[in-house]
Amino acid sequence: MDKKEWPLWEIFIRSKSGLSHKHAGSLHAADAEMAIEHARDVYTRRNEGVSIWVVKSSEVIASDPEDEYMFESAKTKIYRHPTFYDIPEEVGHM
Amino acid sequence: MDNHNNIHSLEAKFEAKIDSEIKIEPKDWMPESYRKTLIRQISQHAHSEVVGMLPEGNWILRAPSLRRKVALLAKVQDEAGHGLYLYSAAETLGISREELYQQLLTGKAKYSSIFNYPTLSWADIGAIGWLVDGAAIMNQVMLTRTSYGPYARAMVRICKEESFHQRQGYEILISLSRGNAEQKKMLQDAMDRWWWPALMMFGPHDSASTHSEQSIKWKIKRKSNDELRQDFIDATVLQANYLGVNIPDPKLKWNEERGHYDFGDIDWEEFWNVVNGNGPCNKQRIKDRKKAYEGGEWVREAAMAHAEKRAKRKEEKVA
Repeated sequence: MDKKEWPLWEIFIRSKSGLSHKHAGSLHAADAEMAIEHARDVYTRRNEGVSIWVVKSSEVIASDPEDEYMFESAKTKIYRHPTFYDIPEEVGHM
Repeated sequence: MDNHNNIHSLEAKFEAKIDSEIKIEPKDWMPESYRKTLIRQISQHAHSEVVGMLPEGNWILRAPSLRRKVALLAKVQDEAGHGLYLYSAAETLGISREELYQQLLTGKAKYSSIFNYPTLSWADIGAIGWLVDGAAIMNQVMLTRTSYGPYARAMVRICKEESFHQRQGYEILISLSRGNAEQKKMLQDAMDRWWWPALMMFGPHDSASTHSEQSIKWKIKRKSNDELRQDFIDATVLQANYLGVNIPDPKLKWNEERGHYDFGDIDWEEFWNVVNGNGPCNKQRIKDRKKAYEGGEWVREAAMAHAEKRAKRKEEKVA
């Protein structure tokens, strides 16, 4: 028999206005509307959110964790950080 | 690089991550046995949350006041949520939700034996919150630092919610401890029945625990069964004294030298007997889960059919 399982959705919650949506977890639902309702019941039972995004897990495209060169180039570029530059203390906070 | 070397270097990389407290994430390479151990442990944990709703659900309609009823409802709803966080964490390891359910329903996967004991009186609901959730919290606080990222994150969320469970249970027992003779008797009776099974929740002694050593090496667990059990006893005695309830262990005694309570022998025969399916409620619990699963089948199918229909309608509109 052809039994289709409810697809998996990734859930993102904005905890309050001014903050970005943050990944909260995942759940199964038949469609996006149901995913939002389930996400409300599962992830905002104690007022943890004011807005919910749901994304089908199969639509997420991720970088490859085995690709060791992916983030390599930024590692040596310490001059991108403010602490790389010497400013005399007399100048004060900059 | 030949295959053997390849695996070897992957393993070394994995071990190095564990050693330097870097979490393992779903798409990272991991040894097959690490994956298997996690699937077993996380799914067992998820099943426990879900089966754990049954003994408590038994008292929702008979809660003695509205305040108690809304608290118990909220707690049982939390347990469903906790099961869901954990199933999702297990699924990141490559096993499907359906397969996980089937393992529970066919008895292939275990759940915590504590839920095979019956809830005979209202005091049992208090005892479950205080002792059973208390013991679970000991274990779960440790697991917030487990080496597998999704499991650790699920645990953080669960621990935040779990503290209300223990407090509502203890509050129930405080009420009984201030009640009439019959209520006090109810409280003591619940204590007598739940104390030892609660201690068994931490599992066999370290010397008899098959998975412990490797799990600690992989930092899936950070403390052994016996350490957690001792922590739990040390934390609970004072709370029992406050309730004026007797802990049913004549050997329980503060050991100044160890800085811990000494306690009597656990009846491991009873433990294994319940684990192996012969506890008072094993059959009933699985029967109830099967009924819920089979009874919900048409709902799952109808929701899917409805979603497909709606998607098709949307497509037609666009076209």
